[in-house]
Amino acid sequence: MAKKTQTAYDRVQAARSSGRNMGGYYINRMVDNFIELHGDRRFGDDSAIIAGIGFINNQPVTVIGMERGETIEERMKRNFGCPTPEGYRKALRLMKEAEKFGRPVICFIGSSGAYCGIDAEKRGQGEAIAENLFEMMGLKTPIISVIVGEGGSGGALALGVGDTVVMLENSVYSVISPEGCASILWKDAAKAPEAADALRLTSYDLHSFGVIDKVIEEQNRSAEEVCSELKKFILSEISRMKRISTDELLAARYDKFRRIGAPA
Amino acid sequence: MNIIELLGFGKTKPAPAVCKKCGKETDGIELLENAMICPHCDTYMRMGAMERIALIADKGTFTELFAKVKETNPIDFPGYEAKLKEAKKQSNLSEAVVCGTCEIESQPCAIFVMDSKFMMGSMGTVVGEKITSLFEEATRKGLPVIGFTTSGGARMQEGIFSLMQMAKVSGAAKRHSDSKNLYVTVLTDPTTGGVTASFAMQGDIIIAEPNALVGFAGARVIQQTTGEKLPEGFQRSEFLLEHGFVDVIEDRRRLRYTLANILRMHSSKGAKSS
Repeated sequence: MAKKTQTAYDRVQAARSSGRNMGGYYINRMVDNFIELHGDRRFGDDSAIIAGIGFINNQPVTVIGMERGETIEERMKRNFGCPTPEGYRKALRLMKEAEKFGRPVICFIGSSGAYCGIDAEKRGQGEAIAENLFEMMGLKTPIISVIVGEGGSGGALALGVGDTVVMLENSVYSVISPEGCASILWKDAAKAPEAADALRLTSYDLHSFGVIDKVIEEQNRSAEEVCSELKKFILSEISRMKRISTDELLAARYDKFRRIGAPA
Repeated sequence: MNIIELLGFGKTKPAPAVCKKCGKETDGIELLENAMICPHCDTYMRMGAMERIALIADKGTFTELFAKVKETNPIDFPGYEAKLKEAKKQSNLSEAVVCGTCEIESQPCAIFVMDSKFMMGSMGTVVGEKITSLFEEATRKGLPVIGFTTSGGARMQEGIFSLMQMAKVSGAAKRHSDSKNLYVTVLTDPTTGGVTASFAMQGDIIIAEPNALVGFAGARVIQQTTGEKLPEGFQRSEFLLEHGFVDVIEDRRRLRYTLANILRMHSSKGAKSS
């Protein structure tokens, strides 16, 4: 489909479509000798987030990816890709480990949002996200965040405080789902396509706002080609960030978010 | 401290108010003197930012900061300008947070107070910018930050810009913390969504008012999504205390004392100040 003829809601649907690759695919394809590391050391292990260590080319990395699974059984096990507090805490534990060993962190984001349920609230869903935002702002190692599917609000941002934030062309990133926005504002979830337009949630919108750094095109490309383009970009970003000091890295990360919505 | 005087009710009396819980009417002055707690049934009524500051700050010490940060319509959301105009008129506020410096029992601090009268205390770029600037100012001056939260969450009319304020404020709070400065949050009814999932939960000490609704996802959304029956007291301060997410629940009438006490324990002057 040509870029211009695709509506925002087309992209929302593409980002959500059942065939779309999520974190697991990119980890499998991009990371050699991957070892999955489980658990938050506090309460449990969240299958909606796959995390671990491996190599990209010869570079050791910590990778963290949201994954909803393929079969219905797997989707239920992975909670349809909606992370619980344990998922965010596992991610933070492994980011701290990456900091200790000087490994870059790569996050793949694709989820309708943080899991919304009684247990998640009981175990501090808000606190878990807040802690990630706070700690990622000071993490002394490079962070690259890639939105591969639906970037659903705070649950996506909890892995999205990156030095570089990149979106695949047909991913979306929004403060609220178009359905949620339409039902609050217009009392009609069927107006989601209009809300999707109004929310300006496509990769090209976010790039034009300066909120993200790069769009990886998907049009007329196979999944493998998209992944290899993404891998190339990640490697070039890692080598760029290796050349600057930690202080400079952290100052740049701070400024990157500091200027969003600041008066001109 | 005379709250009536502080709020500038010289000639005009504050209006009487009816408690939503017990339905009884209370005289405006009596209600303010009781910190907006219904004297008949102890229900906490919502408090505006300026009333809050009058209740907490030493008389004449509050200086407002960053009052002039202007709204924009960053994603050209249809109808947003009109909505802001209406919110200003209805609330008599310029935005959903008031920031500044003050003293509490002679202890200097930076303070931000959110106000649910302005678009449900939702967080957009102005709220994010003001609170970020306050943390930066407090870091420069080595001041503790006291933050009163109340919010329906992110302001969807500002789209991704609103979401990014969570990261922006978190960055400033982190720098403030890394410089060994104190941050105390006071969670008031209601504190939800993106504010809960960022600076509300980042305090060194987290205080909550009794029975305040505090959570990430909305109760109605949880019920609709999961079909589970919500337990009694779900997402109230006492529920968060029980599950380990709040340090202390404090009576609103004792907050000033408790905050001053905490400030004194973290002051470089320590026990020497009264």
